[in-house]
Amino acid sequence: MTLHDLYLLSPEVSLVGLAALVVLLDMVVPRKGVLAGVALAGLVVPLAFSLALWGTVSSEGAQQGIFGTLAVDKFALFFKFLFLAAAALVVMATTDLFDRLGHSLGEYYSLVLVSAVGMMLLAAATELISLYVALELTALPLAALAAFHRDARSTEAGLKFLLLSAISSAVLLYGMAFVFGLTGTTYLSDIAARIGSSVLRPDVPFGAFALLLGVVLMVAGFGFKIATVPFQMWVPDVYEGAPTPITAYLSVASKAAGFAVILRVFYIAFGAEALQVDWGVLFAGLAVASMTVGNLVAVAQNNIKRMLAYSTIAHAGYMLVGLAAVSAGAPGGSTLGPSGLLFYLAGYTLTNLAAFFAVIAITNKTGSEVIDSFAGMGRRSPWLALVLALSLVSLIGIPPTVGFMAKLYIFNAAVRSGLAWLVVVGVVNSVLSAYYYLRVLRVMYLAPPASSEAVPASVPLRTALVVTGAGVLFFGVLPIFLIRLAERAAQAILS
Amino acid sequence: MTPSLIALAFLAALALGGGLGVVISRNVVYAALFLLVSLGAVAGLYLLLLTEFLALVQVLIYGGAVVIVIVFALMLTRLQDFAKTRDHHQWPLGLAAALAVLGLLAATFVVFQPAVHPLQSTGIQELGNELFVRWALPFEIASLVLLVALIGALIISRADRGE
Repeated sequence: MTLHDLYLLSPEVSLVGLAALVVLLDMVVPRKGVLAGVALAGLVVPLAFSLALWGTVSSEGAQQGIFGTLAVDKFALFFKFLFLAAAALVVMATTDLFDRLGHSLGEYYSLVLVSAVGMMLLAAATELISLYVALELTALPLAALAAFHRDARSTEAGLKFLLLSAISSAVLLYGMAFVFGLTGTTYLSDIAARIGSSVLRPDVPFGAFALLLGVVLMVAGFGFKIATVPFQMWVPDVYEGAPTPITAYLSVASKAAGFAVILRVFYIAFGAEALQVDWGVLFAGLAVASMTVGNLVAVAQNNIKRMLAYSTIAHAGYMLVGLAAVSAGAPGGSTLGPSGLLFYLAGYTLTNLAAFFAVIAITNKTGSEVIDSFAGMGRRSPWLALVLALSLVSLIGIPPTVGFMAKLYIFNAAVRSGLAWLVVVGVVNSVLSAYYYLRVLRVMYLAPPASSEAVPASVPLRTALVVTGAGVLFFGVLPIFLIRLAERAAQAILS
Repeated sequence: MTPSLIALAFLAALALGGGLGVVISRNVVYAALFLLVSLGAVAGLYLLLLTEFLALVQVLIYGGAVVIVIVFALMLTRLQDFAKTRDHHQWPLGLAAALAVLGLLAATFVVFQPAVHPLQSTGIQELGNELFVRWALPFEIASLVLLVALIGALIISRADRGE
């Protein structure tokens, strides 16, 4: 390890330092608000390091560090920004739950931060072993956080997440073992080179049975992370039982980390043109299953957190459309598929966080997660209801929200790759999903309120709501900045 | 039949038999002891592959620490809680899944025919060098994972005291 390596790792190292600081402060600081403030202010340090690295990468090109196990490129940095933003917003949104989470608030914040470290490493790892331990570092804090409420549902959520993430890790490792057995290396770029120099059989998908088995097992392992059908069984129970800020965190950051690692592994290790076509088909199938199952089951839900859980499964399906639209399938090796996926992830992060933050405020007041308890919110708390309405509209994909732009971009990529049928499935699903999202809107604006009392929200939560709500609207009208960023990031793994 | 092949067959049978014993045994304590047999046999397999250090670690950590922790856990919980472990209705499903995986693996190896490499012994010194130089990053992340596990376990076990 050289000093340069340390510089490349500086966002992660500083974030670990911050997590340790928050835990230690918890022992000496009596006021809980201070911890949230420290965690929030401290996030500026890794952000500053990431910005500095972005400058370095812009001027000197992508960097490889720590014996080639870690890449610092625009792709990794794009996700670092995303995870830091998500962590900051989740930290802010937790302030309304101090009375329920306050028993170990320092640990709570530090686990959120350490999980973000895992995600950042996951998006940057270029070697299978580092990638696997980063995955564990992401999942383990989330399991503890899911069990943070001291009730039966929360404990069940934590246990389910822990067990299923362990099983999916085992499946993933098994797949990695096959890939390692075939290629004799764990470095992604070396895997690509070995596959490129070996003779692939045209009659077998992926050119070799061992590779087929390895890739399918790895997809199953990653499928758990991104919550796609048929690896979605844990999602509703965990989302329902976990503290709502953690549910929000799981639904955006953990999912984004899963997609980041899939993008990097598949475009770098299995990026050969023949292989791209094969896994494109695999992801197209998963996309159809995930969109359809997620939306159909969401229709039947009465609990808002469960409904949003199925909605995230459906959205994993839309995102998989971006993976199915492989660059090899498009004329001129276009980058629309991967960059569309990155843009969608960023937009979805804003949208889903806005939705969950509104749910935090409302359920905190009413004490009920049933959709009918949202009755008359349009009159009780017009601004809160507006943010929730905006995010739901964005989840359907109606302009002028970022959700519309993201769907437009990703479906456009699919059409360019010759996947018009997949787009038809996606659009039909979007229409279907409008039913259950609009049901919430109807209850909020048309049903009579149970009381006329406004829903209170702390200043940090209100700030988080305003930031995410404004983001949904802003990037829905002016998406070009975000799209450029996503394109530059996607370029890093395609070149 | 070379001696190492005979040893391989013996150890593999022992590992498999131990594994079966874990699954079939109706007494949890017996299951834990069967696990010890299986893990020990795997340590033997590592020795056959000339990876002395892995074998040592396998015996120390899995054969020693892990099994002891399991036995301790059994000692500290009420054994009658486990009486129902024998009513598992999922065993046909489990058997089918196990056979399917076996078939898949066998087919893959038959079709794929992996290359045979001559065995090479890896010394502990080289291993240490590799671990702390080339694999420094995953090693450090793993230590962070352990820290997180510690904090997580603390919170969950502290839950009783709070209210």
